[in-house]
Amino acid sequence: MRIVVCVKQVPDTNEVRIDQATGTLIREGVPSIINPDDKNALEAALQLKDQNENVEVVVLCMGPAQAKEAIKEALAMGADRAVLLSDRAFAGSDTWATSTILAAAVAKIGDFDVVLCGRQAIDGDTAQVGPQIAEHLDLPQVTYVQNIAKNGDKLRVERALEDGHYVLDVEMPVVLTAIKELNEPRYPSVSGIYNYFDDSERPEILMWNVNDIDVDMTQIGLKGSPTKVNKSFVPTQKFEGERLEGSAKEAVRKLIVRLHERQLV
Amino acid sequence: MGKAKVNQGIDLSSYKDVWVFAEQREGEVVNVSLELLGIGRKLADARNSKLFAVLIGACAESYTESLIQYGADGVLFVKDDKLNQYSTEMYTQVISNLINERKPEIFLVGATTIGRDLGPRISARVGTGLTADCTRLEIDEADGKLLQTRPAFGGNLMATIITPDNRPQMSTVRPGVMEKCEKDTSRKGNVEIINNKLDFSKDKVDFVELVKHMKEQVQLEEAKVIVAGGRGLGNKEGFELLDQLADKLNGVVAASRAAVDQGWVDHDRQVGQTGKTVRPKLYIACGISGAIQHVAGMHEAECVIAINKNEDAPIFNVANYGIVGNVYDVVPKLIDALDQVDDILKAVE
Repeated sequence: MRIVVCVKQVPDTNEVRIDQATGTLIREGVPSIINPDDKNALEAALQLKDQNENVEVVVLCMGPAQAKEAIKEALAMGADRAVLLSDRAFAGSDTWATSTILAAAVAKIGDFDVVLCGRQAIDGDTAQVGPQIAEHLDLPQVTYVQNIAKNGDKLRVERALEDGHYVLDVEMPVVLTAIKELNEPRYPSVSGIYNYFDDSERPEILMWNVNDIDVDMTQIGLKGSPTKVNKSFVPTQKFEGERLEGSAKEAVRKLIVRLHERQLV
Repeated sequence: MGKAKVNQGIDLSSYKDVWVFAEQREGEVVNVSLELLGIGRKLADARNSKLFAVLIGACAESYTESLIQYGADGVLFVKDDKLNQYSTEMYTQVISNLINERKPEIFLVGATTIGRDLGPRISARVGTGLTADCTRLEIDEADGKLLQTRPAFGGNLMATIITPDNRPQMSTVRPGVMEKCEKDTSRKGNVEIINNKLDFSKDKVDFVELVKHMKEQVQLEEAKVIVAGGRGLGNKEGFELLDQLADKLNGVVAASRAAVDQGWVDHDRQVGQTGKTVRPKLYIACGISGAIQHVAGMHEAECVIAINKNEDAPIFNVANYGIVGNVYDVVPKLIDALDQVDDILKAVE
């Protein structure tokens, strides 16, 4: 059984700051992490590997050269090998173009049974790439997966809803997207961490560029993206509030008066 | 399938009308679909075109009526008992076939757990763009294009997205973001029953069962008063204090992502960009710093009170009333004061 796990390296959005003057992202000093939902996807793959014979976990990542750091962490957690897709031709890709590229790479890895993605990345929050990979590969998909078990030659998965979940049986190959309720991602093992620092011990990281995959150049990158950013701006803050000064008791009493004026108490 | 391409120089003028996916769960149309009809109505009017709701599966007649009463000019009703339960593949087939046949200009989908599964699959099948979780939709007066505004980078930046060369222009919108039209019971429209040729053999996912959670659903979106806690509470027990305050105000307790991530509160109580969007009359933010992704979910509250010990916390920028102080000091005093409202008002007079 071969499982391809798609991971993305993202800025930790809890730490992201915007330059108010220029409206651009301050990336300096912002740590990069493996996208949280993708870690759950990886953990799910590793658990299937732990529980079954002959499971190979291949990590697939698209990004600049420094995304290698995310791949190394995934390998330290227990993935068998990895592919980094990196090319200037990929820059500016929206979800259509990104999923087109990733689908082509998954096809090239080949002979897979499961493609696991995180539900969504914290820098975009679109949740589109998983389903779009599935469509490009003409595979079934189950998103919002909160449990996975083997059921004969199928997988039995639980798919979260707002007020419950579906239980579904799905044929392989299949694309699944993971949510954090699926599992608790493991920490890298001691030997994994050791290998992390040692290029000779670490499993192979293949570097692929646009020439390594079978992809229509008109469908990728900025030009191949159907959606375009028309403009971006820093959201404005619209209230001019009132500070209620004094001791806690005084402030609370002032608040009661204000709320009474607004007929809220 | 899987063969669609984008940017093929299609004739944009052959696409018209606005469609809304009318999502039904167990035969009931979900609220966000009615909200989408509200914004869909405005977009259709701005384009001098019509608004249609696309409804799949069995649904009572009262629902097709209400889709029209909430703004639709017509309903495209794919009435098939085999489609009662959501299926990614079958719903994608139904809607993609309809889109290819009738060419809508705009297609809106609610960003529910189902809409966020269906939307991207349809966009990939028909070969067009999709913009997720839009907070504003409007027509560009200059060229008639759909301007789709959404938060990016956790809400630190807003981006307006366009889909210039592909149709339909597709957007998802989260529940609670758009407003419904006033219900107009005199409104009339056509309900067209669609008979679609479908290939059920393409569906590789077997439905086993639907499990509904027994726990009481928290209706944050409907709440008039919300007391929300954040990282500043420091622990799970802090939420018991907020419970007391919420009880006094007949409100419900909510939380920021930070508090949910700490495991102090369930995810279904999370307000913000990756949680719920709320618009209560009163929102009391306790120990919440006011990261923009949180503010994205509550800034439409009528009145916001912020209690935070850090006087520079950004939550004060969006608060009508701010109290700089320790939550554990201020909130108990507020609970007491709510028992003495008359006395306090008298003392002021």
